[in-house]
Amino acid sequence: MNREDFPMLQKEIIYLDNGATTFKPQCVIDAIVDYYSNYCANAHRGDYDISYHVDEQYELTREKVQKFIHAKEKEEIVFTSGDTESLNMIARGFFENILEKEDEILITQSEHASNVLPWFRLAKKIGCQVKYIPLDDQHYVTMENVKKSITPHTKIISLAYITNVIGDKRPIKEICQYAHEHNIFVVVDGAQSVAHKKTDVQDLDVDFLVFSAHKMCGPTGVGVLYGKREFLEELEPINLGGGMNESFDSVDEVLLKPLPTRLEAGTPNIAGVIGLGAAIDYLTSIGMEKIEDYEQHLRRYLVDKMIKIPHIDIINMESDSAIVAFNVEGIFSQDVAYYLNKYNICLRAGNHCAKILKKEVGVTNTCRISLYFYNTEEEIDELIDLLKDKEKIWKEML
Amino acid sequence: MDEFVRREIIMEHYQNPRNKKECHDDSYIKVNTSNASCIDNLDIFVKIDQGKIKDIIFNGEACAISTSSCSIMIESLIGKTIPEVQNFIENFEHMVNEEPYQEEILKEALAYQEIYKQNNRKNCALLPYKGMREILKKIKEDI
Ligand SMILES: Cc1ncc(COP(=O)(O)O)c(C=O)c1O
Repeated sequence: MNREDFPMLQKEIIYLDNGATTFKPQCVIDAIVDYYSNYCANAHRGDYDISYHVDEQYELTREKVQKFIHAKEKEEIVFTSGDTESLNMIARGFFENILEKEDEILITQSEHASNVLPWFRLAKKIGCQVKYIPLDDQHYVTMENVKKSITPHTKIISLAYITNVIGDKRPIKEICQYAHEHNIFVVVDGAQSVAHKKTDVQDLDVDFLVFSAHKMCGPTGVGVLYGKREFLEELEPINLGGGMNESFDSVDEVLLKPLPTRLEAGTPNIAGVIGLGAAIDYLTSIGMEKIEDYEQHLRRYLVDKMIKIPHIDIINMESDSAIVAFNVEGIFSQDVAYYLNKYNICLRAGNHCAKILKKEVGVTNTCRISLYFYNTEEEIDELIDLLKDKEKIWKEML
Repeated sequence: MDEFVRREIIMEHYQNPRNKKECHDDSYIKVNTSNASCIDNLDIFVKIDQGKIKDIIFNGEACAISTSSCSIMIESLIGKTIPEVQNFIENFEHMVNEEPYQEEILKEALAYQEIYKQNNRKNCALLPYKGMREILKKIKEDI
């Protein structure tokens, strides 16, 4: 759908690495160019017209994000540089101040490095523990395993809503409900979910949600930290500086601004935020339900064709998302990716930043196809034609 | 070197890599070498005896280019003195980076003569040599 909106799709290229980043529609590019060309000024300094306009657009995007993820208040939306920074802010600015030695943090073996390493550092610093919820034989998180993994010491459960390796969706709503009954915080890494399905933070009742603009048709270098107000109020800013302070008369008299500005020190990524606003408008105009339905249809179309190829081993046969991980029997994933690259097909080989997954799934490397709404059946047909012929792969992979 | 021959050499070494196995012998010097931009990851183990390469073993997960390149490097370097090894590495690197080099030294490693045409695979061919450089550094430190 909507291929004509994307300059990158006018090139002779089949892009199947949307889990890494997505292409940008012209309207997002235009919004960024418009800011730089027509009202380029700093934010929060509205003494003159163009600067006032910047403030308006910047804060308007905050409202757009609020509506898009169904947050209660716009002050619960903090702009960051991305998913990774948001997670680090949560671990350092919030949990570092409240965790104790005997506490436990629950994650899984299939989390992205950005949802592992901040917790590792925190655990090292506090002396507490990071533990893993076991995955079932499909590598899924089940409620049963969540319940089994919780101990009286569990303080945090931090999970991707959808993982970037095998694309499984977690029962976040049930997890939140159960966790909250046991006074456990739930942090959700929305990097692979917010772009692909409707998000309702109030319905899910997550405590924190993070995501990046660039994986949802927006620009790089900007992302969101959502937190329930009561928790964001307690989140200590990691960065201090301009824009976020009320006054600083002496060491003992530093007064910070209220949320969310308090957590956005320095000149923000204004162009990025405005671009994110345009991306949200764009996705909303298509409709998140429509996007999700179409992607599921496309995934089924792809998988149905792949299972007919005997030398292809699909790692995640069942999955609720637009990700298919596979290997070609006897051929290293990277060689497959290089082979496809000769035909201008972009997909990813590797461990997809979830280095600990190999312990769980038993494969270190896979090829990963991650679809988005602008991919087509014709593109899949081309891919399948190239994968069908093992002799050809073998001949042309060098 | 003829394109067909180059391909044959690479595929032969990829399918039957020399000395690709585990190594638990402490008398070998070990390095791990990997590229930031890709997923190749090799362990290289080198045994030196009286200033010469007595043996090299490697293991790990890597693509056809790195694996074959490592296998060819191993065959080429066993029996060579440290200065000869250094010379070989330099010539190989020059070849991959399109600088002047001595063809007659590289022999089978000439199979990567045109790898410069595929920018994203240059580092794969160079990976074992990067590991070997680390080994040479370690040897120098030990002396
Ligand atoms: C599940 C998941 N979490 C976190 C990240 C990190 O996102 P970013 O690099 O935009 O901060 C990614 C991106 O690859 C991801 O897929």
